[in-house]
Amino acid sequence: METIKLVYPVEGGDLIEAGEASSKMKLTLKKLGLPQDVIRRASICMYEGEINMVIHADGGQAEVEVDADQIIIRMQDTGPGIPDVTQAMQEGFSTAGQTARELGFGAGMGLPNIKRYSDEMKIETELGKGTTVTVRIKIPQ
Amino acid sequence: MTVQQLQQTLGWTAFHMADPGRQVTGGYAGDLLSWVMGRAERDCAWFTIMSNQNVAAVALMADVACVVLTEGVVPDADLLRRAEEKEVNLLGTGEDTYTAACRFRGCLE
Ligand SMILES: Nc1ncnc2c1ncn2[C@@H]1O[C@H](COP(=O)(O)OP(=O)(O)OP(=O)(O)O)[C@@H](O)[C@H]1O
Ligand SMILES: [Mg+2]
Repeated sequence: METIKLVYPVEGGDLIEAGEASSKMKLTLKKLGLPQDVIRRASICMYEGEINMVIHADGGQAEVEVDADQIIIRMQDTGPGIPDVTQAMQEGFSTAGQTARELGFGAGMGLPNIKRYSDEMKIETELGKGTTVTVRIKIPQ
Repeated sequence: MTVQQLQQTLGWTAFHMADPGRQVTGGYAGDLLSWVMGRAERDCAWFTIMSNQNVAAVALMADVACVVLTEGVVPDADLLRRAEEKEVNLLGTGEDTYTAACRFRGCLE
């Protein structure tokens, strides 16, 4: 199988449209005929990353690469960066504001969920420059 | 049990039935979306009082069999539209979450 590359722009601040990139990716992965569990795990990782880009970073971009044995999702933003990644990774830690919380976000579970549902997760971040979250999901053969 | 059987047996409202024949195998109750994302299992019925459209995206990503809005909550217009778009089964009941979950549990057995 040739590597398939997909790019999804994510608009910032727009919690109304949030989740559209993940929904589109999920549809594409389904069409590719990947195993249900792989699709579900990739979708959850992508959704949590997408929502974080919308809430915490004023948008960004997700690049998805699919080949025969893995899916790589790279979610890149030019937001404020994460001051303390270890703290951000803890269940329950959140800096989400009132509006996001009223909609059901801000439990501080997004990054832990990404960790849980991916095979590998990497966070690169620089204050004032942005954050890139990269996720690898293996496709069982 | 299918989503339609569940809805009919318990007399719940069908706000949107995208896939009435879908099997339901378990349940999860919660309103914080990332908790649902992390804990709800595929093919479960998800009980919540959240009525905004992000519910449809979470239901799709977590691959739940249906969403059940409890406490008489009705979906806002955007949620209904999203549920149609994303083919999410969306039910509702006037019961509180505990009662709805208990009755559902009785049905599953
Ligand atoms: N892309 C990002 N840019 C800047 N800060 C981020 C980014 N992603 C996460 N963070 C920081 O890490 C914290 C934890 O993120 P996490 O996704 O775990 O929880 P949350 O988004 O606050 O709530 P939830 O995901 O449960 O709705 C956030 O509150 C925020 O401070
Ligand atoms: Mg988050």
